[in-house]
Amino acid sequence: MQTQNFKNPVVRWIDHRLPVFSFMHHELHEYPTPKNLNYLWNLGSLAGLALVTMIVTGIILAMHYTPHVDHAFESVERIMRDVNHGWLIRYIHMNGASFFFIVVFIHIFRGLYYGSYKAPRELLWILGVLILLLMMATAFMGYVLPWGQMSFWGATVITNLFSAIPFVGESIVVWLWGGFSVDNPTLSRFFALHYLMPFVITAVVILHIIALHRFGSNNPLGIDVNGKQDTIPFHPYYTSKDLFGAVVFLTIFASAVFFYPNFLGHPDNYIPANPLQTPAHIVPEWYFLPFYAILRAIPDKLGGVLFMFGAIAVLFILPWLDRSPVRSGRFRPIFKVFFWLLLADCVLLGWLGAKPAEGIYVVLSRLATAWYFFHFLIVLPVLSLVEKTRPLPQSISTSVLGGGALAGAASATKEKPDA
Amino acid sequence: MSDTAENKGRRDFIVVATNTMMGVGAAAVAYPLINQMNPAADTLALASIEVDVSGIAEGQAITVKWRGKPVFIRHRTKDEIASANDTTIADLRDPQTDADRVQKPELLVIQGICTHLGCVPLGQKIGEVKGDFNGWFCPCHGSHYDTSGRIRKGPAPTNLEVPPYAFISDNVIKIG
Ligand code: HEM
Ligand code: FES
Repeated sequence: MQTQNFKNPVVRWIDHRLPVFSFMHHELHEYPTPKNLNYLWNLGSLAGLALVTMIVTGIILAMHYTPHVDHAFESVERIMRDVNHGWLIRYIHMNGASFFFIVVFIHIFRGLYYGSYKAPRELLWILGVLILLLMMATAFMGYVLPWGQMSFWGATVITNLFSAIPFVGESIVVWLWGGFSVDNPTLSRFFALHYLMPFVITAVVILHIIALHRFGSNNPLGIDVNGKQDTIPFHPYYTSKDLFGAVVFLTIFASAVFFYPNFLGHPDNYIPANPLQTPAHIVPEWYFLPFYAILRAIPDKLGGVLFMFGAIAVLFILPWLDRSPVRSGRFRPIFKVFFWLLLADCVLLGWLGAKPAEGIYVVLSRLATAWYFFHFLIVLPVLSLVEKTRPLPQSISTSVLGGGALAGAASATKEKPDA
Repeated sequence: MSDTAENKGRRDFIVVATNTMMGVGAAAVAYPLINQMNPAADTLALASIEVDVSGIAEGQAITVKWRGKPVFIRHRTKDEIASANDTTIADLRDPQTDADRVQKPELLVIQGICTHLGCVPLGQKIGEVKGDFNGWFCPCHGSHYDTSGRIRKGPAPTNLEVPPYAFISDNVIKIG
């Protein structure tokens, strides 16, 4: 890495010995970024913002929370009623988890549409799927902490998934619980792990960014950057764009926190946990619903668990399922249709996951589950072979500037969303 | 040291031996770190309870807590016992006769934990749904159990478990 000549002598003195300032300058200032990124590229920085928000509010909550079955529920109620601004911190943390998932889901579908998982970004994509898995584990354990009815029964059902493993399943579940049911040992270890996991996520996020900066961002055209004319420096162009995105995001987020803080939650979680009574209708948090629908669609315990984890597993191998050399869905007329079908299918699965497992819902869940796997395992490999893609533009700058017009025209020719 | 075949062989041996011992050492360190998560001695010590069953009228059921989980004790009616015996064993998902599941036919003692994913099935209280086989029904993902607590329909793989118990007198059972 080339070190910079900073004006400030203190900065220069430090940078000569510990080149953190050069590093930041290189990665966040001059870092060349494709000039045609659309707003879907804001979601990465928003995910980072959400992670920081969760860590800050989480550490504050931990100062007032008591991880014990006799006190957990009351300590959360105390946070809500007595701790100064406790209600605000908790509502931010609670809704923050949901918004974190919203952001990450959009981020993932962006990658799916523009083929961002393709060479040379396979590891970048895999690290991203790993982050999703870690987030799911973290959010699951966090939801157990307030020790309400949904906390308890969610924990019971999810930990019992492991009992489906042949032979060792039962021992694994007892080991996870530290007893013969979800109880105090389970709560205290979940708290310890819930505290730890976000920092593990942070570490994986750093790897994710190192992998990103190796080849730079993909872009809506999905073609490679050819040289300086295709990029602009990250600062001030994308720093300001990301900042604008953050303001929009925070506005929506704050509206949820202040006006509909319990909209995404479940009222049963304000009933203290009761190990002798399962609520009539248990549902996981909304971000788990598509996976829950897949679990319930399969009429076999082990099968259901395998398909549920399989739904994530196919994402890990996606770079090798879709072999089409064209990245962006813009130039893939058939892929584009299937992409929207997949999105609709996932939304449908989410809706079904919240419905009781009976009648037509079971039939629909099975169809939607079949479609999900059909898309990844059949449609994508076949399309890579048979689809006739549209011609790619020569370069990012010719496309942006409308066939190599003068640079002055750049501001007038904005990125046109392709119909 | 010269590079004769003999010396090379010795060096390979040292490398393999060192790696093996490191592996053994790592496993020895990992074992307590993993095993600490298994149930602690005091959790294991809480493992038995005594219940007086004389007060349960015919047709009535009570729920007691054992190892943090509900145990269903049902004083079955003649009809319930008859229907539990009146099933073709070969048709069951987890074949077991009713006689194998009870010590006294009128008293059914089972773990009130659905063998699918651990919810508490409905059917203990008057007025709760009992499912298609008039025993218990798990609302979580729709498992139906019969009057012997055997799985008849739905995703659960096995019958409701019978916990270890013994009559310590005519009226009192000890669970665990
Ligand atoms: C990846 C980041 C994180 C996610 C997705 C996450 C998710 C969650 C969720 C869903 C809840 C349940 C909220 C509720 O319904 O009440 C929760 C609770 C909690 N979290 Fe986190 N969390 C994260 C980071 C952290 C961190 C870093 C800490 C620091 C110790 C923390 C501490 C807590 C505490 C003490 C609670 C219980 C209080 C409460 O329920 O509001 N969290 N978390
Ligand atoms: S837990 Fe009873 S049916 Fe799933």
